[in-house]
Amino acid sequence: MDVNVVLTYVAFFALAGLTLLSALAVVTLRNLLRSALALVVTFIGVAGIYLLLQAEFIAAVQVLLYVGAVTVLILFAIMLTERLMEARLRQFTGKWWLAAPLVVLVLASIVVSLLGAVWVERPKEALPPEPVASLGEILMTRYALPFEIASVLLLVAMVGAIVVAWPIRDRLKVVEEMEERVARAKAGWKERSGSPKDETVEVAR
Amino acid sequence: MELLIQGLESLLGAFLPYWVIVLLAFAIVITLILFFPTFLFMLMTWLLRRGIARIADRIGPNRVGLGPFNRERTRQRWTLWGLMQPIADGIKMFTKEDIVPEKADRLLHRIAPIAAIVPSFLVFAVIPFGKGLVATDLNVGILYVVAVSSIFTLVLLVAGWSSNNKYSLLGAMRTAAQMVSYEVPMVLSLVVPVLFAGSLSLNRIVENQGAWLGLRWHIFYFPLGTLAFITYFTAALAEINHTPFDLVEADSEIVAGYVTEYSGMKFALFFMGEFLNAFLVCALATILFLGGWQGPGVQLGGAWGYLFSVFWFFLKTFALYFLLIWIRGTWPRLRVDQLMHFAWKRLVPVTLVNLLLSGLVVIVVRLFLS
Repeated sequence: MDVNVVLTYVAFFALAGLTLLSALAVVTLRNLLRSALALVVTFIGVAGIYLLLQAEFIAAVQVLLYVGAVTVLILFAIMLTERLMEARLRQFTGKWWLAAPLVVLVLASIVVSLLGAVWVERPKEALPPEPVASLGEILMTRYALPFEIASVLLLVAMVGAIVVAWPIRDRLKVVEEMEERVARAKAGWKERSGSPKDETVEVAR
Repeated sequence: MELLIQGLESLLGAFLPYWVIVLLAFAIVITLILFFPTFLFMLMTWLLRRGIARIADRIGPNRVGLGPFNRERTRQRWTLWGLMQPIADGIKMFTKEDIVPEKADRLLHRIAPIAAIVPSFLVFAVIPFGKGLVATDLNVGILYVVAVSSIFTLVLLVAGWSSNNKYSLLGAMRTAAQMVSYEVPMVLSLVVPVLFAGSLSLNRIVENQGAWLGLRWHIFYFPLGTLAFITYFTAALAEINHTPFDLVEADSEIVAGYVTEYSGMKFALFFMGEFLNAFLVCALATILFLGGWQGPGVQLGGAWGYLFSVFWFFLKTFALYFLLIWIRGTWPRLRVDQLMHFAWKRLVPVTLVNLLLSGLVVIVVRLFLS
């Protein structure tokens, strides 16, 4: 066998093992922060498999978005939620028997679809010199609608986040107004407390 | 890579099977990529200390050199301007006591400094140091660099959290917020040279700047390229927590940020990560805007062309690094709120408009040329 093929196999099984083990760790570790970090390893493993499939763009985006942004967001959420920081959580509830048939169903559907799939060992055409360029073209023409819908969805989520965060700003405004009132009251008090002095001066004269 | 395999095969093909040669080629390249940054780190610490000392009107480390370990003699010669100082620093770091806080998350506290240097080392794999001198020329090179560097944010958060120290955690949160914010204008200005070159591959971006005796750099595409260079460099300074954005190490407020609870070699590893990131920022700015290894003399055939290309690359990169040292020695630090305002209200709009205009110009130019 060609040495490159052997290396590819070695890399695939190493990555697959890493991904599966870390995914297992995500759902079994009792410290939420460690779970999140195990999730990072899972993401990187999946990115590695994308690389093996010569989908460099997807791999890079996977790392950029999931490791660089999503996980950081999760970590922030965990760190800002006080009770989650040091808690040792239970990962299993008593209702596993409800979830089990569902999981089996999903697994079965995946296995069935995999068994029925036609495997292409090698793409029929060679990759274009700039795969990203053709990807961009397809996104802007054939898949324009899903692309736009995804963008709108993200925009809606962002606006929603701002709306959710809005009342806090109002509360801040209220606090500011109150502080202003207090300041004004203080200034008025100073004026009043300043006037007796003048009187005493007058009396002294 | 293929070149190296062919060369090795012609040398050793008679004694060794092909797969050993392939593995050997991989081993050579990986070893080079692992060793080179380490030496670079040592050189850069020395440059920084000497440069800052010069700016502050001090002398800086000038004693540790080669030669006889005799006080009178070393002072006169073989001190080599203190070039061996980094080695002394390294020995010192190794012999220091490694202190782990009692209530720290020991596993994560140990992993964080190791993980801090991994992204930097990974980025070195795609940097074209000269004509044909690149370990792997990924066709999404620039995206790979951005993606891998973004892991550093995560490492900082882990380091800060696992130390179980309020200053560490505050420093880490602050830095993570800063890095996530500045990543946006940085990537937006990175896209401008990508548009000019029509490729994400670092090597092809460099080749695009090869005209006019290797002087048609993207920074000279006035004003779009110039503006992109300035915004990229500013955002990148914040991305690597360099002065004036070094809020992580605001010692008057949060002790030393996420490295507060680290000592000895672990501390040194974090600094290695930061220094290598500084180098990579300079290298990327060189590749994207300053023509990379292009320059007069590269067009020559044979060994001279290769030598010139490596020379130009390192000359430009270290010139930019001196700019960093200069900034570090002279500028004050921004406040947190100023930092965020600057990112979202100044840099992001400017880079967005710049990107749109660049796209427009590229399309118009292409229409008129074809």
